[in-house]
Amino acid sequence: MKTPYGHNVYGIAAEYPSAAALYEAAKRVRDAGFKRWDVFSPFPIHGMDEAMGLGKSWLSAVVLAGGITGILTALILEWGPSWILYPLIVHGKPFTWRVVPAFFPIIFELTILFSAFAAFFAWQIMNGLPRWNHPMFNWNRFARVTNDGFFLAIEANDPRFSEEETQHLLEETGGQHITMIHEE
Amino acid sequence: MDAGTRAQAIIASEASTSVERPLARVPLVLNRRSFAWVTERIAGAVENRAPKWWWAAFVCTSMLAGVGLFCICYQISTGVGTWGLNSPVGWAWDITNFVFWIGIGHAGTLISAILYLLRQKWRTSINRAAEAMTLFAVICAAIFPGIHVGRVWMAWYLAPLPNNYGIWPNFRSPLLWDVFAVSTYFTVSVLFWYTGLVPDLGTLRDRATSKVKKFLYGIFALGWRGANRHWRHYEMAYLLLAGLSTPLVLSVHSVVSFDFATSILPTWHTTIFPPYFVAGAIFGGFAMVLTLMLPARALFKLQDIITPQHVDKMAKIILLTGSMVAYAYTMEFFIAWYSGNQYERFAFWNRVLGPYWWYWWTGMLFCNCLSPQLFWIRWCRRNTYVVYFVCMCVNAGMWFERFIIIVGGLHRDFLPSSWGIFIPTWVDIWTFAGTFGIFLSLFLLFIRFLPMIAMSEVKIVLPEADPHFHAGDTAALHHPVAAGGKERT
Repeated sequence: MKTPYGHNVYGIAAEYPSAAALYEAAKRVRDAGFKRWDVFSPFPIHGMDEAMGLGKSWLSAVVLAGGITGILTALILEWGPSWILYPLIVHGKPFTWRVVPAFFPIIFELTILFSAFAAFFAWQIMNGLPRWNHPMFNWNRFARVTNDGFFLAIEANDPRFSEEETQHLLEETGGQHITMIHEE
Repeated sequence: MDAGTRAQAIIASEASTSVERPLARVPLVLNRRSFAWVTERIAGAVENRAPKWWWAAFVCTSMLAGVGLFCICYQISTGVGTWGLNSPVGWAWDITNFVFWIGIGHAGTLISAILYLLRQKWRTSINRAAEAMTLFAVICAAIFPGIHVGRVWMAWYLAPLPNNYGIWPNFRSPLLWDVFAVSTYFTVSVLFWYTGLVPDLGTLRDRATSKVKKFLYGIFALGWRGANRHWRHYEMAYLLLAGLSTPLVLSVHSVVSFDFATSILPTWHTTIFPPYFVAGAIFGGFAMVLTLMLPARALFKLQDIITPQHVDKMAKIILLTGSMVAYAYTMEFFIAWYSGNQYERFAFWNRVLGPYWWYWWTGMLFCNCLSPQLFWIRWCRRNTYVVYFVCMCVNAGMWFERFIIIVGGLHRDFLPSSWGIFIPTWVDIWTFAGTFGIFLSLFLLFIRFLPMIAMSEVKIVLPEADPHFHAGDTAALHHPVAAGGKERT
């Protein structure tokens, strides 16, 4: 689909006056069966995941994997040198199972460290960030999304998308400044 | 009307948001401020020209930082003999300063992580600045163990790296635990802080007027566009980072206390140290948060966001942790008496009556135990000058406490022939003063270039952020304070 000026169309977007209006509109769009759409707000809106029909984020699974990697790294890092490479007897305490608790602090720290890195990179990768360009930024009004603007966009490649009906749906839900967003 | 329907009617009327509830909470942002006002006020502090006081303050603090850096260079090039260390007192201001600064950092993580898990919404006004303070305090702390090893160029021996001598560090040493704890703490704090900053960097990018600013803020904002599909993963990551930081922050000062507790020195060799150090760290850290935020709040006119309620709550945490610290001090004396160990008993008599007696009486007793007790009185918690006075007492008192623990434990050795005393040199004094210069310079740069309050988080606590808020339902706005009245609740 192309605009009259020959640009590829990304989708149709609308602005809403408040978080509550956006929340109600999201429920309508969800019930209309759209899949490729999103809402944009300056802060996370409580309950919006359910309103959009999204489940719980599975980012926690990535963090668990990071934590397990951290534990294993610490075990290899500590026991490799202490047991094989450089056995060290301090205070008359050789490396036996009785001294294992003395290795816990570093195991703990590396578990936290690896989990935190997993969380940090996972939220970016799962969100497709960093991505400095995006069709939504082509819309002037969209600059208010990080201030006090509430937006909803339905992508043109959604199977249910049709220019008139989608626009009509956004009008019905109280969307203002309904605009065709172009790709480039 | 039968009893059942009446009960239902009552429940319905109480559940209705249109009923004005006399016990409604005092709003966290006063004077019914809008989203745009929050953005304008906080981002404006970054975008407007730097005020004159900022330049004056920055020149002073950066000069002080310069003196500190000079002292560090002088100490590295000459040797640790430039400090007043001697035979029984092998650790003095260096490790005192390390424990002091690392402790200050703890308040930032407590606010950003623990209060987040406890759903304390008031934290949103102060978490950003407190986290920044954490990072700068840990930077100051990390200087001291780095340079006190003497031959700084050998500091990499702390890291478990293969080397041509085939030597590996002792993983069972608390000093090595400390290396891991502090470096993990700093790294995770940076990740958490930056994660929280991304949406606000997006705000600065979208408001930037010059190309350079738009480019730089744009790079660090990672292309954030506030999409709900992004917020979903972002909030989960934020929650998990908070959950990870919570045990981490408790572990850091515990590990620092192990440096002392695992030795056999009287006053150091005690199991009470980990909780005692953690409580003391939060105590000293909150005092430093208020020391920085009270002037910032007045200078940038942020009183509607950092309200008397916020100061009140922080004062209560100072009272709580201060009382925990006072309890720990008392318990140390009790155990010294109860243990019947003559060295332990002597060390505590020496703490009160020995050469450093006035450190104990002013620092530990007056500043740490007595001054926060003023916060039992509401008037004191609401009076900025009283709060500031107590915070200054706590800042000083917590430094004295660490000095007493470290030098107090060392200067009276087991044999009287080995007794000594510690006298700081000018390098000791100016290195410590210099870290204040570094800390304050970094903080001034932070409030100049980054939003000092988390805009996206403060907006959540406004009533309009609730998806069920409608212009007609103004229960949330009915509170006399929300209407701009004087706060009395």
